[in-house]
Amino acid sequence: MADGVLFEFLHMEMVSHVFKDQQSTNGEMNNKDRAVCTSVLEGMGFRVGQGLIERFTRDSPSFKDELDIMKFICKDFWTQVFRRQVDNLRTNHQGTYVLQDNKFVLLTQLSSGKQYLDDAPKYLAYSCGVIRGALSSLGLDSVVTAEVSLMPSCNFQVT
Amino acid sequence: MSRQSNRTTDNKKMNSELFTLTYGALVTQLCKDYENDEEVNKQLDKMGYNIGVRLIEDFLARSSVGRCQDFRETADVIAKVAFKMYLGITPSVTNWSPAGDEFSLILENNPLVDFVELPDNHSTLIYSNLLCGVLRGALEMVQMAVDVRFAQDTLRGDNVTEIRMKFIKRIEENLPAGDE
Repeated sequence: MADGVLFEFLHMEMVSHVFKDQQSTNGEMNNKDRAVCTSVLEGMGFRVGQGLIERFTRDSPSFKDELDIMKFICKDFWTQVFRRQVDNLRTNHQGTYVLQDNKFVLLTQLSSGKQYLDDAPKYLAYSCGVIRGALSSLGLDSVVTAEVSLMPSCNFQVT
Repeated sequence: MSRQSNRTTDNKKMNSELFTLTYGALVTQLCKDYENDEEVNKQLDKMGYNIGVRLIEDFLARSSVGRCQDFRETADVIAKVAFKMYLGITPSVTNWSPAGDEFSLILENNPLVDFVELPDNHSTLIYSNLLCGVLRGALEMVQMAVDVRFAQDTLRGDNVTEIRMKFIKRIEENLPAGDE
């Protein structure tokens, strides 16, 4: 049993390492570098998300439909991984979902408000990957992006 | 087994699996980024150090453990309180040196290596080296310079995982912590 705090520290250090690493080879960080870092973190998250689902739902019955899967993600999955439930799930019933978490666990330590808003995406890339990986293991191919306008609340968009 | 209790055990499992899987993904990525195991080991140690210097604050805040009187007490706190709190295991403290400045932590099972196997071309990789950095960084923040290394590793064929910790010296309070 590993304490949730350990994961938070590890995640923070991972983000810091990936970005520092990219910066040292190129001197300065431009958008392309940022994109590389983001995709590295997202890729890591993807494999982890897949792994988590494989073990977690091994004995569970399969899901009825897409909405059922999304509800599982918002409740059970989110509780296990992000230690709370998604506050709001919206959908256009055409394959797009928005998951809103008002106190996203990986942002609460950064700020509450507008401070460090520009840095927030760095700390969400990994989680987007985890969600995308989880959905992939559940049979849904998706693109997951995150949006923050006021910390620590954030919206994950799944298409 | 009712659905309810199934969920509870999965709670703890999922949480620790998240950490274990994340750590695995990190090591995999580092192996991709760096050419040799030695470099990966160094990076893990450095990252562990950065985590350790912050983790100690969390630990002190939550454990309400007072100042340790000597290295033996430090060893006990690390094994019985810290490891228990963060990794849910209690390693045993053994193999004290005659001078009382060196001891071993024996971990029967290491949660970091659940489901992990080292491929043949990474035989010198110290997979759990992050732990060494964490311990080193955390103790440095409480004015102790220590040397931490793995003496035995189940991933490399040993029966147990053994971390050897050696007290180097007391750090004077007015010296700045190492910058890494």
